[in-house]
Amino acid sequence: MIKKIKLFTLLVAIPMLITTAFVQTSLNIKIKGSDTVLPLSQKEAEVFMKANGGSKITVIGGGSGVGLSALIDGSTDIAMASRKIKMGEKMKLQDAGKSVKEVTIAYDALAVVVNPQNKVSQLTREQLEGIFTGKTTNWKDLGGDDMKIIVYSRESSSGTYDFFKEHILNNKNYSTTVLSMAATGAIIQSVSQTKGAIGYVGLAYLDKNVKALKVSTDKGKTFVAPSMVTAKDRTYPVIRPLFYYYLTTVEKNVKPFVDYILSPEGQKMVEQVGYVPL
Amino acid sequence: MNTRIKKFTTKLIEGLLFLCGTISSLVVLLIICFLFKEGIGLFQTQPIEEGYIVAVNKNNIVNTLSPAQFKEIFDQNISNWSQLGGNNDSIILFRVDDISNYYTDEELGANFENIPQKISELVEKTSGMIAFFPEKYFDKNFTGKKIEIDKTTLHAFLSNKEWFPTAQPVAQLGVLPLILGTLWVSLGAILIALPLGLATAIYMAEIANKKVRRFLKPVIELLAGIPSVVYGFFGLIVIVPMIQQVFNLPVGETGLAGSIILGIMALPTIITISEDAIRNTPRAMKEASLALGASKWQTIHRVIIPYSASGITAAAILGIGRAIGETMAVLMVTGNAAVIPHSILEPMRTIPATIAAELGEAPQGGMHYKALFALGCILFIITLVINLIVEIVSNRRKKLTKI
Repeated sequence: MIKKIKLFTLLVAIPMLITTAFVQTSLNIKIKGSDTVLPLSQKEAEVFMKANGGSKITVIGGGSGVGLSALIDGSTDIAMASRKIKMGEKMKLQDAGKSVKEVTIAYDALAVVVNPQNKVSQLTREQLEGIFTGKTTNWKDLGGDDMKIIVYSRESSSGTYDFFKEHILNNKNYSTTVLSMAATGAIIQSVSQTKGAIGYVGLAYLDKNVKALKVSTDKGKTFVAPSMVTAKDRTYPVIRPLFYYYLTTVEKNVKPFVDYILSPEGQKMVEQVGYVPL
Repeated sequence: MNTRIKKFTTKLIEGLLFLCGTISSLVVLLIICFLFKEGIGLFQTQPIEEGYIVAVNKNNIVNTLSPAQFKEIFDQNISNWSQLGGNNDSIILFRVDDISNYYTDEELGANFENIPQKISELVEKTSGMIAFFPEKYFDKNFTGKKIEIDKTTLHAFLSNKEWFPTAQPVAQLGVLPLILGTLWVSLGAILIALPLGLATAIYMAEIANKKVRRFLKPVIELLAGIPSVVYGFFGLIVIVPMIQQVFNLPVGETGLAGSIILGIMALPTIITISEDAIRNTPRAMKEASLALGASKWQTIHRVIIPYSASGITAAAILGIGRAIGETMAVLMVTGNAAVIPHSILEPMRTIPATIAAELGEAPQGGMHYKALFALGCILFIITLVINLIVEIVSNRRKKLTKI
């Protein structure tokens, strides 16, 4: 009888031991958050999983806020964010006794786009501020034709909106008449079919249906056109970081994947997806 | 024995039905409770970003500021305290990132441990300064004066005209443009869908021959199965440029585009339900009318429509419900500018579109999150009121027809 039990435990224990050993060498990571970072994380996770058989990485979108609140309540390992963590979220983490680590995994350059029929091809930061805060309302004041400026922006909760407000609008609020679009694709579509339109999109989304403007942040001394080259050498000024946030307690688990993204191979993929490598 | 089993099964089925009914009512109640609990929380919070405070110099005589005044100050449209009833002193803005303009890194300490003290010093030194900084940098010996921000009141929430939930330092939570936008778009949708839908239903039930009807009915029902994103995309690519050209507008993303799309989306509901109602008119009634010498149109107009009025109103309610609550398609075509609309040819922002676009990125449990839930409550109340009105109207009509 005792022998039988021993045999039985052995039979159960051996596979269990094997599985635990197996789990330790492979990763099981959940990533959640910003829809901007989503395509990049998906691509990196795909390639990483192929190279490291047995690893399981789940990538879910939903928005930066969703990712960070999932991090706070512990339902994700990594939160993707296209904006910096907010003070309120930081305090919630602190209250829960958790400390968080921030990693910049890539950059995203923002291009200011207009309709291809528009004569204007360059603007200074000050002029952009005037347009987006509603002080400048006609293209003729900027050297273009006499037509109304139609301003397209992203939704107020998107990280892109915040970034543009901080760096181009000098922290002033957008005008109330600004049209907000839910997705970058919608901005491209609308700008391409509206003559007086202006909007901003990520570099990866640029196509021939819209015209990207040269931008100057030094009061009109130098104008730089957005492209992968100017973004990589940082001469193009409108560029923002994309973040991963994870708890210091799970660092061991997520580190190999984060390191992979930061490696030359991972950064090459950043460029393939259309973002700017570190 | 047999009867006993029968009795038992009846009891069992009755019990099961009761249970199902209770569970579904409970779920609905729970969701409503959750919605209102989160939404009402908004009125207990200050509309400032969580964990931040605003302070001024101790000699400043201004004690409270309204959210609108905050926005004007931080947008640099108000630049002197005298405009706010204070001393004649120009306003100097201070955000915590600006501290490096005043102090070197060494002065702030290696771990920025001196920031609280330095902010306190700076606010004391600069008489016109208004400082916006995290509460954790609030020094114990802070000499300045904390500015009190009024809690959001229901009245302000409903009547303010600006919607900037992420504005810093103080959010602008005015839902009037959103409510008006929702009502305009839905009203437009129902004005388009109801006559069209009703006409189609009458045609299908009374005029069309069997073959046409057999073809038309599944096609219309198919419309209901198309995902709303597809409608939205169709609207953005086809209807928006069309409206822009037809009305010669600078921008095609307007309330009208939303109304048209929603009208199309509400059509299958309205057609299917009102057609069923019309077909339920007893044959005897129709034949009696025709036998009295009434023409086909007179029969439809005088007998069939009054008889099926309650079914048609039900169709209208469900159609309106679909229009008011629809999210994705509207989000894509109405332009979403939160301005008070003056005509249907202007960009508008609806409540469902606002919730859908913003909830994902709003920090959970924060003021913005609660404001979006409060919007959900408003939407719920609007739908409830419309349903009640329709109910009352149809009841009255029933009474009238009986007399």
